[in-house]
Amino acid sequence: MSKAALLLWFTLLAAGCSGGSGATEGTLIVSAAASLTDAFMEMETEFESTHTDVNVILNFAASSTIREQIFEGAPVDVFASADPANMDRVAQAGELDGDPTIFAINRMEIAVPPDNPAGITGLTDFGRGELLVGLCAEGVPCGDHARRVLDNAGVTPDTDTNEPDVRALLAKIQLGELDAGIVYRTDVAAADDTVLGIAIPDAVNVDARYPIAILANASNREGAESFVDFVVSEAGRSILTRHGFSTP
Amino acid sequence: MLIVLAAIGLAFFVVPLVGLVGEVPWSELPVLLTSEVALDALRLSVIASLSATLISLVVGVPLAYALARVEFPGRGLVRGLVLLPLVLPPVVGGAALLFALGRRGLFGEPLYEATGLVLPFSIWGVIIATTFVSMPFLVITVEGALRSMDTRFEGAATTLGAGRWSVLKRVTLPLIGPSLVSGLILTWARAFGEFGATVTFAGSLQGSTQTLPLAVFIGLEANRDLAIAMSLLMVLVALVVLIVLRDRWWRAL
Repeated sequence: MSKAALLLWFTLLAAGCSGGSGATEGTLIVSAAASLTDAFMEMETEFESTHTDVNVILNFAASSTIREQIFEGAPVDVFASADPANMDRVAQAGELDGDPTIFAINRMEIAVPPDNPAGITGLTDFGRGELLVGLCAEGVPCGDHARRVLDNAGVTPDTDTNEPDVRALLAKIQLGELDAGIVYRTDVAAADDTVLGIAIPDAVNVDARYPIAILANASNREGAESFVDFVVSEAGRSILTRHGFSTP
Repeated sequence: MLIVLAAIGLAFFVVPLVGLVGEVPWSELPVLLTSEVALDALRLSVIASLSATLISLVVGVPLAYALARVEFPGRGLVRGLVLLPLVLPPVVGGAALLFALGRRGLFGEPLYEATGLVLPFSIWGVIIATTFVSMPFLVITVEGALRSMDTRFEGAATTLGAGRWSVLKRVTLPLIGPSLVSGLILTWARAFGEFGATVTFAGSLQGSTQTLPLAVFIGLEANRDLAIAMSLLMVLVALVVLIVLRDRWWRAL
């Protein structure tokens, strides 16, 4: 590498680093379940408009992935999980500051391509071997919820794929490659007309409860507290409702 | 100075490996590695990676030959297309395969309507995705060897009355042999570790499409010990192949 190229490289590296560390003062890292993507992006915008000194950085992944990231020492101030199980594991490891609060409730729904080519009508179709159906993998909240729903309905699913997260599952349904999948009601709402939702009866559906908590080694405790306050406030609840969640 | 830099280079590979080995649940290892999930994934990984290597050999070597020896317009473009999977994020490759060969894809839909065959969510999907990402390694290696080889040997053989097939078999292939073998090994290695295009195009189901990398990724969420055990299995299989096989072939040639 020539000297000029080396210099350029160092300059870029330095610029990249200072861009990150210079803003630490008001930076707030919120790691949220993938199913919260749309709602939390709106939360960020509204929160930042009233808290101009705080810069919210959102990190979306499967709750189980975020849990592992926290265990591996990732810098996280606030964790919003799609199920209490992953939050409890973080709490048991002593990584939380205070108790988690349930702030949103989601339910499961069947998603099919807009023209519903396989004529899916309900959960029993997931047992039909000739169809191509998918779920989220076990251990991912959307996969565990879906299996509980099918179990409640007494259906043994004949799945063709167990996707690593709900967005991957949804994408294959949108493309029409899968005849049906079980996703969150909020995913169907967010997908607009690219998928069709088929309701699951309340009697067999499950509540997906979303807890939020501040991490014990949060670097921006003040910002974290006001963000959590905002999420559970009237304004936060109305954002959640708009995206298909119920609130406690 | 050279030694220090080389040591830093080596550290890039050794440090993560040490991290992995440090997490291995040794006492449970036999049980974990003989579990149905691990054995199914190993079987699928072996089948898919060997199939991808074989397909690459059958169609990739002629492609490399054409790129190296045949003058045709747009050769640079074709070479670029062949190398594209090296640069493309595998997930993008997998999505492109879905658009083309999925049940509702450009070519996949007529295929499905004519034969009822669905490529995604089957072992064929895994093999296609794996071949897509790994074949460039063979093409680029063999093409390079053909270009840098001394063509006077082939000319001499032809002058002495050897036919084209005979020249290829007796002169060209032996000369590029070492490159061909290392290209095949690179192709196999890339195929064995392939994740992104496979999960996007073929999905993930134990026993039919869940190869070792997919089982490891999904296992990290649900069963960490099993995932780590399978990671170790991948490392061991890869090391055995890359060290033992490679050395033996190199010496034989």
